[in-house]
Formats: sequence, structure tokens, C-alpha cells
Amino acid sequence: MTAAATPAGKDAEGKATTTTLGRALNEGLRQAMRDEERVVLLGEDIASLGGVFRVTDGLAAEFGDRVVDTPLAESGIIGTAIGLALRGYRPVCEIQFDGFVYPAFDQIVSQLAKMRARSRGLLRLPVTIRIPVGGGIGAVEHHSESNEAYFCHTAGLRVVACGHPQDAYDMLRAAIACDDPVIFYEPKRRYWDRAEVDLGRPVDSGTLGRARVLREGSDVTVAAYGPTVAVALNAAEIAAAEGRSLEVLDLRSLSPLDATELRRSASKTGRVVVVHEAPVNVGLGAEIAATVMEHCFYDLEAPVERVGGYNVPYPPARAEGDYLPDLDRVLDAVDRVCAS
Amino acid sequence: MSTDSVAAAAPSHAGDVLQLVDPAGTLNEQTAAGMLDVTGELVRALYRDMVLGRRFDQEAYSLQRQGELGLWLMSLGQEAAQAGSIRALRDDDRVFPSYREHVAALCRGVPPTELLSQWRGSSHGSWDPERYHFHIYSLVLATQTLHAVGYAMGVRYDAGDGVVLAYFGDGASSQGDASEALNWAAVTSAPVVFFCQNNGWAISTPASKQYAAPLAERAKGFGLDAVSVDGNDVLAVYAATQRMAERVRAGGAPGLIEAHTYRMSGHSTSDDPRRYREDAELARWKAHDPVERVRLLLTARGWADEDYFATVASDAEELAVRTRRECRALPEPSLSDTFRNTLCEETEALRREREGFETFKESFL
Ligand SMILES: Cc1ncc(C[n+]2csc(CCOP(=O)(O)OP(=O)(O)O)c2C)c(N)n1
Repeated sequence: MTAAATPAGKDAEGKATTTTLGRALNEGLRQAMRDEERVVLLGEDIASLGGVFRVTDGLAAEFGDRVVDTPLAESGIIGTAIGLALRGYRPVCEIQFDGFVYPAFDQIVSQLAKMRARSRGLLRLPVTIRIPVGGGIGAVEHHSESNEAYFCHTAGLRVVACGHPQDAYDMLRAAIACDDPVIFYEPKRRYWDRAEVDLGRPVDSGTLGRARVLREGSDVTVAAYGPTVAVALNAAEIAAAEGRSLEVLDLRSLSPLDATELRRSASKTGRVVVVHEAPVNVGLGAEIAATVMEHCFYDLEAPVERVGGYNVPYPPARAEGDYLPDLDRVLDAVDRVCAS
Repeated sequence: MSTDSVAAAAPSHAGDVLQLVDPAGTLNEQTAAGMLDVTGELVRALYRDMVLGRRFDQEAYSLQRQGELGLWLMSLGQEAAQAGSIRALRDDDRVFPSYREHVAALCRGVPPTELLSQWRGSSHGSWDPERYHFHIYSLVLATQTLHAVGYAMGVRYDAGDGVVLAYFGDGASSQGDASEALNWAAVTSAPVVFFCQNNGWAISTPASKQYAAPLAERAKGFGLDAVSVDGNDVLAVYAATQRMAERVRAGGAPGLIEAHTYRMSGHSTSDDPRRYREDAELARWKAHDPVERVRLLLTARGWADEDYFATVASDAEELAVRTRRECRALPEPSLSDTFRNTLCEETEALRREREGFETFKESFL
């Protein structure tokens, strides 16, 4: 353990400073590596380049061989991370893009997720897998996918998604400190979003498993995560001008879901709209709707609405505007649940 | 160095196949010189490992046939490859096995019942890997080769002098993970030794349909050091592994050992080897029995007498009796434990589901 130096993003008084989500992640990694020398980073092009999104920028210069430019082999990235974890390290893996995690699927779902239960609790696998996720950046195919449902379906993994800069910093540090494997989704079209971030906060494991109300409201709960949190906030702003009060719930933790917070909010408003980018079919929205239905049936004024990707492969970039849940589609769903 | 008899029966292999003792039990002094100090004590110890391992395997096979195990993957014929390699390592060198390394596991002190637990359906992996420096079995082929490389990277970070050994099969060598692991180890100079037990078959698929280039040659192409050994010659395996491990321990490039051996049984208790292989092939390999040639060597050298062989045989019987008794006494697993062990800390959601399950179950009592 090395003594923590002043984080780069903090001003002279140690107060919060304005920074981007990408930079907050970078600071989160830096702080985690300073706090714990058994944190090592593995990924393609993460050392001298700093990753294709520059999230690991400058870390190789500070931490040397603890930042590993790996061979181009995703199964290898996760497989060797498992071995490192068994040796007592805390590997943080970067998958370059969402669509390239599939070659590592077996290592994640059959090995990483199951080894603890297989060993009857003897082994710990503190591996964090960072995945830039989702569309909206005009990318070519396999660079815009939302694949959280695959991993949420596998017991033994924690799956989380950050939606804005402060959570990016806090949740990443909590993920690295967590003794379980964590799939950590970073909304790639939000990497450049700016907000005030306190980079001096201690690790708070509570940021990992708990949803958070970002805006209180009384008419409809809009549950979102990752890239759609900003869409939901925007919708709430506009709805307010039209006299409707939306509560925006950032789920943050996708597996396990924070069912307590979800139930509380759903019971309060009686109307729920779920917004995510992944196709609606067998997506997380279905799980959320079922959870709400199971526990809040008598408090509901309307069926739960899902707004998400259509059940087609992610479309070519010039059509993604129609595919991604946007303000209009969210407000349309809000209208529907309010009409019931 | 190479013997026609092994080459003829074995699948294609790279260059010379190291052999120290031939099937008649004759030690090739010239080859052994400088490689290995062949003492009576060493040969007796390896002989004992193999006999005990074989008896254990046989007992597990019977237990499966009597319905005590759901499945068993036999190691008959691969005793030399396993005992020779594991005994050449230091006890604290870390091993990542596949699923057939019962003899190696016993050598590391893994209790027999913990080896059976997985196959009985009592667990998915029973023993503590930290205690025996021997990881739990990996059933998805070749996945463990990458775990071994990662672990070895950790050894390097720790500036440790440990060596990591990964067992895998000729069939597993076709998996992408195996190629990723060989390449990854080479570029990171991870202190790892890959040990392929080429037993000629992947269930019913012969090694000749598995790959075109000999495995040892492939490893060299990745930048590893590689050797081929007669996998039924426990001294050759021991010598080759010892050499490779010492070289890697001293900072040399990672290595691969291809041991040509043969599973004289079916692939598992669900297999019917008569569907895919000739009786003549089995007969040919029986003449290369790894245990028999060591017995002949011990006798010829006067390193062991009938009393010694009788003692080993009775120790093996004792192991079998104990294995049978303890297997039947293995505790039933509890689903509640699986809920508790899914994550380091049981989450609210898991706890609620477990309690629901327990309440439902208790309602029947
Ligand atoms: C990825 C994967 N595919 C298929 C199987 C089913 N399977 C189990 S053992 C086996 C043959 C393996 O042969 P080899 O690697 O040569 O090892 P051996 O069993 O001969 O020791 C197969 C196909 C598996 N376990 N894993």
C-alpha cells in the first residue's frame, strides 16, 4: 500500500472539480492503484496509448509494468486475470469494445463466475472487467452493443453500469475493492460528459449494489442505467415543464438489482417506465417489470412500459438515431402509463 | 533416443522422443548420464506412486459401476506421465490440472474422497487449491492453461521462484485457449511449463484428426522450449520435467513437454472404446505398460525384493478400502451452501431466494 497523493483532478483546497466521465474513471483507476499495489491492469493498447478511449491515460507512466499491453486475445485477458486473482492480485481488465467480449464469454461465465461456488467459497476472484458499452457515437458494427443481459443471467457475477462522472469514479473504485468479479459497464457516449466530481472520496462499497434516485418525482418512475440515465433526466426536465413529475431512478447495479429501491419508488408513483438501449426481448427491462409486478401489483396504476432497442441487430450508424431510446420515445411511454 | 516401438504406436510426434527405460526395464545409461541420478530410492518412490494411483483409479471405476459415482474419467496407463511430472516439481510449485490427473493429485496429498466428490455429485471441486498447490479440476477444455499463465505472471510480479505447471490433453490443444496460453506465456516469459498428456485420443477422435503439426513443434513456433518424451517411461518424464522446471525457474523461456502415452481404458465410464479403436492397438500399448517396466528395472537392479512389492500392493489395497469407505460417507451437498457461496457476501436477493427455498423445503418435514 502506498500513501495516497493528491488526486490530479482535485483543486488546491481538495474540493470537487469539474471533469469528464472518462477522466473520472482514469482518476478512479489511479487512486485504486495508489491505494493497493496488487491492482494490475490488463488490456489491449492500454499502456502507451492509454486505451482507445484514453481511460488508462498516463497510468503506465506512473505504474510501469502494472499496466499490461496484452496480446490481442480476449479469452486470454480474462483467463490470465483469473490466474492473477488466484495468486492474490486484483486485475482490472479492459475489453476494447462491447462487441469484442464474446471471445471471452466462456472464461467469464463458466470460469470466473463459477469458481467461488465450485470451490465452496474457498476462492475469491476479485476481477473487474471494464466494458465500454452502447451506441450513439456513430461507430461501425460490433462497437455499439448492449450485452448486459448475458452477464446478468449468470450467477456469480456482479454487473454494474455507471451513468455519470461521480458514479464513474466511486463505482469503479468500489468494483476494484470488491472481492467478487464485477462487469463494469462504461457508457461510451457519455465519456465526454462533464460534471462536478469529488475525487477525494473514500471507497464506498454501497455505490455498487444500490440504485439511486437522481430526481424525485410523484407521477412516474423512470428507471434507467448507463447511457440512458441522461435521457431519463432530460425527459424529466421536459415533463416537468408540462406539469408532470417524473422520478428518475439510476439503477447502477444491474445484478443484483436493487429491488428495495425499485419497489419503494414504484409503490410511490404507481407508474413505471424502464429505459435501456439493449433489445427489449428478454432484456433487463423484463426483469424489472416482473419485479415491480410481483411486489407492487396493487400499487400500480398502469402496466410497466419498456423503452429499449428493437429486436434487431444493432443497425448501421446512420439509423441508430431511430433505434436508440430517445426523449420522444421516453415521453411517449410516459404518456401511455399516465393515460391508463 | 527414439524407440521405434513407441513411435509406431504413438501418433505423430516431434523429432526425438526421450526415453530412459525401455519396455523391458533396461535403463539407457548413456542417455541418463548427466540428466538424472537414477537411484533405487527414486525409482521405488515413483513405482509406489504409480501402483497406488492405478489401484485408486480402479477402485473409482468400480464405485462408478456400482452406482456410487455418476461418472469417472479413468487414468489407467497414464500413471508415469503424471507421477513423473508432479514429482519433478517442488511441492510449492502451483499446478493447474485438467480432469484426469488423479495420480498427480494423490501425489500432492489430495485426499481420495475429495477427488471423488466431484464425480459423485457432492461438489464441483472439493479440495483447497492453496493447501495442495493444486487447483481444482477444469472441465471446459484448456481453460486452465490460461489460468496457469496468469498465475505465473503473478509469481513473476512477486519475484517468486515458483514454477507453474498446466496439464492438458491432445484434444484440448485444439482449443483457442491453448493457443492463446502458449503465445501469451511466450511473450510474457511467464514461468510456466505446459504438460500435454498425449494419450492418442480425445474421446473417439484420434490425435491424427486433431492436428497436423506435432504439438512440440507448434510450441516451438510460439517461442517456447519444447520436448517430446515417452510418457510411459516415468524416469524420462521425471528427468524432462525436472530439467524444464529448473530452466524456467532460473528465468528461461516457458516450456512445453509432450508426453506420448495412452489411456488403456475408455475415455470415461460412459465411453465404449471398442467402437473406435482396434484391439491390436490396445495390445501394443499394454506391452508398454508404465508400471511393469519399472517393476522389471527394480528387480533387475536388485533395488526391490518380493517383500517390497508385497508391501506396496497391500498399501494399495488399504487405499482402495479406505477410498470405498470414505466415498460412501461423503456428505450430501446442501443447496443452501451454494446460495451462500455464489458471491463473497450473500446479497439481499440471494438471501431472500435461499430463505424461500428453505421455507418451502421445511414445509414438507
Ligand atoms: C470446450 C469443451 N468441449 C468439449 C468437451 C467434452 N469433452 C470432454 S473430454 C473431451 C476429450 C478431450 O480429449 P483430450 O484433451 O485429449 O484429453 P483426454 O480426455 O484424452 O485426457 C471432450 C471432447 C469439453 N469438456 N470441453
